[in-house]
Amino acid sequence: MNKTDNTAPSTETTSGVGMIRMNDVSKWYGDFQVLINCTTKVDVGEVVVICGPSGSGKSTLIKVINGLEPFQEGEITFDGISVGDQATNLPKLRSRIGMVFQNFELFPHITIIDNINLAQLKVLGRDQDEATKRSMELLERVGLIDQMDKFPAQLSGGQQQRVAIARGLAMDPAAMLFDEPTSALDPEMINEVLDVMTELALEGMTMMVVTHEMGFARRVAHRVVFMDEGRIEEDCSKDEFFSGERGERAQEFLSKILTH
Amino acid sequence: MESGFDYGIILKSVPYLAEGLVLTFQLTILGILGGLVFGTLLALCRLAPFAPVSFIAGTYVNFFRSMPLILVIFWFYFLVPFLVGRPVGGFWSVTIAFIMFEAAYYCEIMRAGIQSVKVGQVYAGQALGLTYRQNMQYIVLPQAFRNMIPILLTQAIVLFQDTSLVYVVGLGDFLVHADIVANRDNRLMEMFSTVAVVYFILCLLGTLFVGRLQRKYANE
Ligand SMILES: Nc1ncnc2c1ncn2[C@@H]1O[C@H](COP(=O)(O)OP(=O)(O)OP(=O)(O)O)[C@@H](O)[C@H]1O
Ligand SMILES: [Mg+2]
Repeated sequence: MNKTDNTAPSTETTSGVGMIRMNDVSKWYGDFQVLINCTTKVDVGEVVVICGPSGSGKSTLIKVINGLEPFQEGEITFDGISVGDQATNLPKLRSRIGMVFQNFELFPHITIIDNINLAQLKVLGRDQDEATKRSMELLERVGLIDQMDKFPAQLSGGQQQRVAIARGLAMDPAAMLFDEPTSALDPEMINEVLDVMTELALEGMTMMVVTHEMGFARRVAHRVVFMDEGRIEEDCSKDEFFSGERGERAQEFLSKILTH
Repeated sequence: MESGFDYGIILKSVPYLAEGLVLTFQLTILGILGGLVFGTLLALCRLAPFAPVSFIAGTYVNFFRSMPLILVIFWFYFLVPFLVGRPVGGFWSVTIAFIMFEAAYYCEIMRAGIQSVKVGQVYAGQALGLTYRQNMQYIVLPQAFRNMIPILLTQAIVLFQDTSLVYVVGLGDFLVHADIVANRDNRLMEMFSTVAVVYFILCLLGTLFVGRLQRKYANE
């Protein structure tokens, strides 16, 4: 696969308009290098699935994109705006990138509707009616309109994660990042979340999804990125990845998760 | 000293005692509110990424926490009029002393409270585009405050008891008023029993309330 190279980007990622571009990014936690020269790109409307063993740096890769974690070397741009640039207004940039976490991270002290309204009111400056209207549309869409006045703790994990997706979508983001959105869920709730994500992908949302749900990857991913020990080891089209044209480490990893 | 326990004297002095109790409550409430606001600001400073700010806040906290409250009360009694350039009266100098002193404790409580909020919540707020300030205001502080309510109330009960130290600057709180009656009518037994019972009941109510809150949050 493409051992990525700055001067000659891989053929798979040159088509289309790059929404997220990551060029030779390295990041350290103290002496420990979590990301090693990572280069990849997500085009508008593209769905990229990221997989790899625990501790390989997948979450970190996601978090440097919207600046939740700083990085030391390389360059990341989102829709042409440099994430690492001191002059970049990070809160404003982040408001255009939806993010969904493994543990949902709904705000426990406010109701479901307020969870979705909050950033619309405080960041986008929408008024209460406008925000509530948008929130209700999205709750309707994820099938939770009847839960709007409850608190997060009163919902099941699958429901909370669907609210979290709605909260991200309420900002009308240009892309969505997902960090293992189903791995904290009981098995019977995984599909209700994957269904929402699948629908989103089919509508053309630009998505970067850390997941080990290979069924989801097969259904909707355009590309698959495989990470190992801080490196992007594979970055190829879904078909290449699943047809067996993958390196030994990826092969080993896949056979492990598929037999589970 | 006259013999027998005279309930009449207690009833007769209720208005005068109540007047003292009002002052006790005033001092407690102002100390809590002011201390909480100032203490939260201090906590934010202590956690600020800018080293000089967190150093100054840390020094403040350590300083006040190593001072006996009675000394702080004395100190402000003489210092505040000097700084303001005119007498401010015992009440305000004592109120300021309580606020400054309590803030050091509330700072540490709020700091622990802020740190008790999961980092994922901070990420979630940031990821939505909230600024640092908005994230603190709408996400972190409300949760920090909620997590710390039992400890904040316990501290409030301690302050309620500590307000009795204002006798040193001649303010007439509950205890001082009881003391005046006790000495005037030579009814020490009656008056100090009354004081003890009232303090006991109020603090017990407070403690029961804290326990209920703790159970409520433990169930969530
Ligand atoms: N704040 C931190 N400080 C120090 N090291 C960290 C920190 N966060 C993560 N790491 C380390 O960086 C490495 C990559 O972490 P990361 O969370 O990105 O991995 P991951 O691929 O998402 O793993 P998982 O599948 O378990 O979620 C791990 O070895 C982890 O221990
Ligand atoms: Mg992870």
